[in-house]
Amino acid sequence: MNYDLSIPMQLSAALLPDLLLIGGAMVLMLVAAWRDESAEHQRAVGIGSILLAAGVLVMVLVQGARGATAGPGVIAVDSFRWASDAVFLIAGIIALALSIEYNSRERIDTAESHVLVLFAVAGMMLMVASRDLMVLFLGIELMSVAVYVLAGMNRRSGRSAESALKYFLLGAFSTGFLLYGIALVYGATGTTNLATIGERINTFNLQQTPMLLVGIALLLVGFAFKIAAAPFHMWAPDVYEGAPTPITGFMAAGVKAGAFAALLRVWLEAFPGVYSEWHKAVWWLAAITMIVGNLVALQQRNLKRMLAYSSIGHTGFILVALASGTSQAATAFVFYLLAYTLATMGAFAVMVSLGTSTSPRESIEDYHGLWQERPGMAVAMTVFMLALLGFPIFGGMGFFAKWYVLQAAMQAPAPQTRLAVILVITTAVSAGYYLSLVIAMFMKPRPAGAAPLPPSGAWSRAVIAVSVIIILVFGAWPDPVVNLVNKHSSLGTPAQTAMPRPAPETAALP
Amino acid sequence: MMVAEALALSAVLFTIGVVGVLTRRNAIIIFMCVELMLNAVNLSFVAFSRMYGATGQVFVVFVMTVAAAEAAVGLAIIISIFRHRQTVDLKNINLLKG
Repeated sequence: MNYDLSIPMQLSAALLPDLLLIGGAMVLMLVAAWRDESAEHQRAVGIGSILLAAGVLVMVLVQGARGATAGPGVIAVDSFRWASDAVFLIAGIIALALSIEYNSRERIDTAESHVLVLFAVAGMMLMVASRDLMVLFLGIELMSVAVYVLAGMNRRSGRSAESALKYFLLGAFSTGFLLYGIALVYGATGTTNLATIGERINTFNLQQTPMLLVGIALLLVGFAFKIAAAPFHMWAPDVYEGAPTPITGFMAAGVKAGAFAALLRVWLEAFPGVYSEWHKAVWWLAAITMIVGNLVALQQRNLKRMLAYSSIGHTGFILVALASGTSQAATAFVFYLLAYTLATMGAFAVMVSLGTSTSPRESIEDYHGLWQERPGMAVAMTVFMLALLGFPIFGGMGFFAKWYVLQAAMQAPAPQTRLAVILVITTAVSAGYYLSLVIAMFMKPRPAGAAPLPPSGAWSRAVIAVSVIIILVFGAWPDPVVNLVNKHSSLGTPAQTAMPRPAPETAALP
Repeated sequence: MMVAEALALSAVLFTIGVVGVLTRRNAIIIFMCVELMLNAVNLSFVAFSRMYGATGQVFVVFVMTVAAAEAAVGLAIIISIFRHRQTVDLKNINLLKG
């Protein structure tokens, strides 16, 4: 099936999952506002939101299996889009399930919070589908505005409000950079369509145009804020610590994944012709982010902050895939996102299930001796930590995720040997904090006088079980995921042909 | 057509906005500086659309709409922090480290 995007009906068909999600979310928003706030209403709207997201997920997987393509236009129809959509929807469903439990416990009766998760997911889906900077901008803003509100959802908590304020101010600031970047790229090339930008850069020889290069740099700064790459990461630990725990997981996994998917799409479709110009910047961004994220994570005693810095470290690992700039990198990227999303959301699910409104279980000391009291939770947390570390077999998908990124980096036309070395070394460093949590859970005694652990809710137990199973099953058998992404992938293939001057690794260093 | 002049003015306005965000400590003023950045970009878009046609102007309409939505959410967040702290000065808002 080949969609002709100049015909409105076919454009709508190509956008059907996105339209269905947005339409359904609007209906749910009306339902949420229809009744007074109550715990039951909050739960009902949450379950409705999960059902809607699950329906859209099935639709996305069907579309991915059908392997439709599209002609030129503002929307991309390829397996990269469907695979990324699936990751966003999974992150959204997990966040919704955890939110239902967390909101009941913290007595947050605002049913709208669930609908905002759906809007954020819809924004991410638009971002990864966009082949036009205008659609990209609208997607980013749809996602960001929803997540600003979500960060401040706990209105009784001053920390939540402060987290929302910081996230909002820095998010809006970064939007300014992104937008100026878009304006300058538009000014240099005369179009906002990604494919046309790529063509015009090559046909008009715009590689050295200052306006284009400044525009790309500003775009990169804007994206670096959104994905929390060092040195633009300072907001992330504060915001992650203050936001409600399920939303923190959603921000660390889903929002980051969405911004990354858009970054990859723009860079591989519009800017392959200036690879040698942006490669240096992405190279340094990746190296600094890996080093800063993993080293600072070692010093954290608060689990939320530790996971925040760990997510910054993972940003660096994913940037390695971008630095190699090939279609293989896009496959490695989607696989990494799925593994990372499941492991991160799983770790936050354990925090949600063990926390109470008086004791949120955010410090590492709270997890000492967990094995004696909750062996199941301790084992699940161990799987998530090993997956984030990239440990073979027990870390499941995590190992293959890092393996594919390394493979993409080494097999690129310009092998990224030094980045691969930094990736391996910083992974070894990250064992210092992931394994210390595992050791604390299994070896340390339960502190005397520790508050008893509450019974875990059904929602968080289900999320944890499903995440562990998916991580281990696809860790033993990764081919189905890889094939789903590889099939009919149009993204990045022009990068290999259109890359006129593959910069050797040595040239990337000053 | 004064495109170059408009672009220069837009760059100056954008820089003023960035400097304002980085140096001021009042949440409302920071937010106004962000809006200044967005409107500086709008000026660029309009100037470019003199060269390339309507796309830039369409973009400006989208940016204004999004900025309005962002302002609604942003002011709501600022009000909620004011209810907790009785101030919107970022110096006094340091519950979270860093």
